[in-house]
Amino acid sequence: MSETIPIKPLGEIAPACVDENGKLSGFVHSIETGAAVDGPGMRFVLFVSGCQFRCLYCHNPDTWKMRNGKLMSVDEVLKEIGKYANFLRFAGGVTISGGEPLMQAHYVGEIFYRVKTELKLHTALDTQGFLAAHLEDEWFDNVDLVLLDIKQFNPEKYERLTGKPLQPTLDFAERLTRMGKKMWIRYVLVPGWTDDYDDVEKLAEYLTTLKGIERVEVLPFHKMGEHKWEELGLDYELTNVPPPSQELIERVRNQFRARGFFVC
Amino acid sequence: MNAPEVKVGLEAWRGFAGGEWQTKVDVRGFIQKNYTEYTGDDAFLAGPTERTTKLWEELSVLLKEERAKGVLDVSADIGASIVAHGPGYINKDKEVIVGLQTDAPLKRAIVPNGGLRMVQNGLEAYGFKLDPKVEEAFRLYRKDHNMGVFDAYSPDILACRKTGVITGLPDAYGRGRIIGDYRRVALYGVDFLIKDKKREKAELDYVDFTEDVLRTREELSEQIKALNELKQMAASYGCDIGRPAATGKEAVQWTYFGYLAAVKEQNGAAMSIGRISTFLDVYIDRDIKEGTISEAQAQEMIDDLVMKLRIVRFLRTPEYDQLFSGDPTWVTESIGGMSEDGRSLVTKSSFRILNTLNNLGPAPEPNLTVLWSTKLPKGFKDFCSKVSIETSAIQYESDDVMLPHWGDDYAIACCVSAMRVGKQMQFFGARANLAKAMLYAINGGVDEKMGLKVAEGFEPITSEYLEYDELVAKFDKMMDWLATTYIKALNAIHYMHDKYHYERIEMALHDRDILRTMACGIAGLSVAADSLSAVKYAKVKIIRDEQGLATDFAIEGEYPAFGNNDDRVDQIAVWLVEEFMNKIRKHKTYRNSLPTQSVLTITSNVVYGKKTGNTPDGRRAGEPFAPGANPMNGRDKSGFVAAGASVAKLPYDAALDGISWTATSTPDALGHTLTDRVNNLTNCLDGFCSAQGFHINVNVLNKDTLLDAMEHPEKYPQLTIRVSGYAVNFIKLTREQQLDVINRTFHVHC
Repeated sequence: MSETIPIKPLGEIAPACVDENGKLSGFVHSIETGAAVDGPGMRFVLFVSGCQFRCLYCHNPDTWKMRNGKLMSVDEVLKEIGKYANFLRFAGGVTISGGEPLMQAHYVGEIFYRVKTELKLHTALDTQGFLAAHLEDEWFDNVDLVLLDIKQFNPEKYERLTGKPLQPTLDFAERLTRMGKKMWIRYVLVPGWTDDYDDVEKLAEYLTTLKGIERVEVLPFHKMGEHKWEELGLDYELTNVPPPSQELIERVRNQFRARGFFVC
Repeated sequence: MNAPEVKVGLEAWRGFAGGEWQTKVDVRGFIQKNYTEYTGDDAFLAGPTERTTKLWEELSVLLKEERAKGVLDVSADIGASIVAHGPGYINKDKEVIVGLQTDAPLKRAIVPNGGLRMVQNGLEAYGFKLDPKVEEAFRLYRKDHNMGVFDAYSPDILACRKTGVITGLPDAYGRGRIIGDYRRVALYGVDFLIKDKKREKAELDYVDFTEDVLRTREELSEQIKALNELKQMAASYGCDIGRPAATGKEAVQWTYFGYLAAVKEQNGAAMSIGRISTFLDVYIDRDIKEGTISEAQAQEMIDDLVMKLRIVRFLRTPEYDQLFSGDPTWVTESIGGMSEDGRSLVTKSSFRILNTLNNLGPAPEPNLTVLWSTKLPKGFKDFCSKVSIETSAIQYESDDVMLPHWGDDYAIACCVSAMRVGKQMQFFGARANLAKAMLYAINGGVDEKMGLKVAEGFEPITSEYLEYDELVAKFDKMMDWLATTYIKALNAIHYMHDKYHYERIEMALHDRDILRTMACGIAGLSVAADSLSAVKYAKVKIIRDEQGLATDFAIEGEYPAFGNNDDRVDQIAVWLVEEFMNKIRKHKTYRNSLPTQSVLTITSNVVYGKKTGNTPDGRRAGEPFAPGANPMNGRDKSGFVAAGASVAKLPYDAALDGISWTATSTPDALGHTLTDRVNNLTNCLDGFCSAQGFHINVNVLNKDTLLDAMEHPEKYPQLTIRVSGYAVNFIKLTREQQLDVINRTFHVHC
């Protein structure tokens, strides 16, 4: 594997922002208090807004623009999570998802820090890792688990699918391995886009070079977000793409299983 | 007082740890001394025997036929009683546990004592004819409960019934929600129980004969007669239940005979069986230890019992079925819970009764209710979660909340009403519509749909915009009026029910001196709370019709809705519950019963919605209310846990008759693997319970399955879903109710 090290990391992290009281704040799309598929157990999920990717299958295009979110200070978020802390302590934890959480890394990092030190809860970061190179290793000290989205393994197809290059994500995966972080790999299965046998083989093979992968989640593509594209006046390219068949899902899952991964 | 001088059961009680329970009726004492807690997992369970599967198949044919016809058959020639019908069987050679309500399976009895009119309407609707002799008897020689109630009702009560501000009153049929301690039949045998009742009556031989004493004496005499009839009925099946049960099979059979006598005699709205599985386990466990039965045989007895409980039937009118979704009987069995000494009451038979959902497939009855405690053994918790995920047929109620109030031998009547078995009963009181009462406050007591003046002496709100303080003040007064009228109606109903349709056998299986509760209820809580929140946090403009009646509302701005764990509105809901309870407490109740209330609608949330006009929260006229204490559909936007946290704030002390919450999740939203799902559901139940949550119906379903079942009901004969407080067969719901279920908040995840 050839490694390309950009001189300057791609993309940009949004500057820290404060609310009218001068408190560190960020833009939040929504809060879900009972999610069970965004990390281990029952999760409090903070969906922050803002993403540089334009994935063709995105089911939350309403999270793309950061400033479409609602401004919430770190204190307010902590207060909200605090209501469920006793429950989350034994049932699961806190996941920050998006959008792309690393776009608001100052904000998200502070939330993780306080969730970890004040509430002592399990934390998970759901990311594609594109902006991770901007962050010091210490930033990840308060993240127990990274849900790493690898959307394709073929660089051309990746860029066509997401609008951004693949390499920063792989760099991040390797860095997480070096840091000894736990990972869940997420792979959205889109017929015609991410189901090529060889592409999956190569990804599965690549994953064996990493460490700390606890599970691989093959998430079947669905069109539940299509109406949001219409509402935003955007063209949805995947209208005619069907959800993957059970057979296809099993085939892909088995490709990962064949390498000894726990797959679901 | 003399203890009954009876020495019974030496052979029947072999190997049991003795104690006071041997000389006086004390089933709890017996259980506590003799049950074996089971802390393992479900690996020991047995599947159905070939016999079980065959018998269930035979029954399924009849059930299918019944679904097509509505009612399979009716015994219209004879008023029901414990001994009115000879023995009946599904297939005599194949049955392990015997006994039917009439002489054939699914053949319904008529119970004219509750109300001849209901019987006539029910018969007519399904193409049957009442025997003229029965009709003549009631026309000329006696009176029924329904006639009595209407003799006593006042014009204001009639108006409330007509508009639906009070709905579902048990004034035309059996009130139900009384649980006989059917276990007493097995533990002591009927002869002992008769002697004990004679003792109770003799204690009242030399006291002043007040009205209360006279009523009690007459009731005790009726109870003794009923016990004799129970013995006679069992004898017709070849069983001598004068003596105590001596084996597991006899214990199941004797207990069931007690219950069967009750459902032969009464057509109560809810006919719960109590808390029998751990009691029966003592006998079954003894048989297994004695080597006389195998696990498969133990399971077979429970499977057979459950088959019987699944075919309990009453003749109802189609309107009744519409109100309650199908054909419910609420044969509620309470499972698990903790002992006061810290052991759990989970036994292998707690598993066995839940395992019937695997062996026979899901079904709404019996209404399997797990008394959940965070302290229950992990193996049992996970088994419950697994069965819930696979069948959606279990409801959960917090033992941690109830035990401090009711001890460790209470059971749930109907959906959420706890009562100490054999020591407590309730006067069931349906519910008052708080959302509609709020509209009455706005319109000065005039019904918004009928234009009828229902409450006298109130002035309407005349401003353009609703003003919070004025609305609260007017609503508060209107709730006073509602509580007053409501309690009058309930006192009339229960006075007449005791007089004309007394539950002889159920009360024979109670102590003489019991706690009675007057179980009121409220509907439309989330609509009322959201309406007040809208007025307080947004602006609500009144839109009036030509007569000046407020018939619609325009909301300007946003308001916090109940179900998002937001105290601004959640505390309004808490206030409503406490305030209405305080108003009920101010009134004199029949037989000095303890006033309580529930936040429970069953499925009548659809009918309540239909009868209620546009409300200030933005709900449209006719749109269903949320069921029970649920947030309004689609307004609980912060997920399952936040919704549960809001509901858990409603104080049990102000709603001792129970608070019902129904939550629906898709399987995928609970986790990607079965292990994840089981773990997550168990943790959610623990979390809700820790937050002082009271009750939760758990549905794990895909919307697509429900939509498909609407189109192709024949493919889903056993599809079961939990609604408010009980389960229903989805395909038996009306189309409107099916849509209501489908439109409820599904906790999904993209």
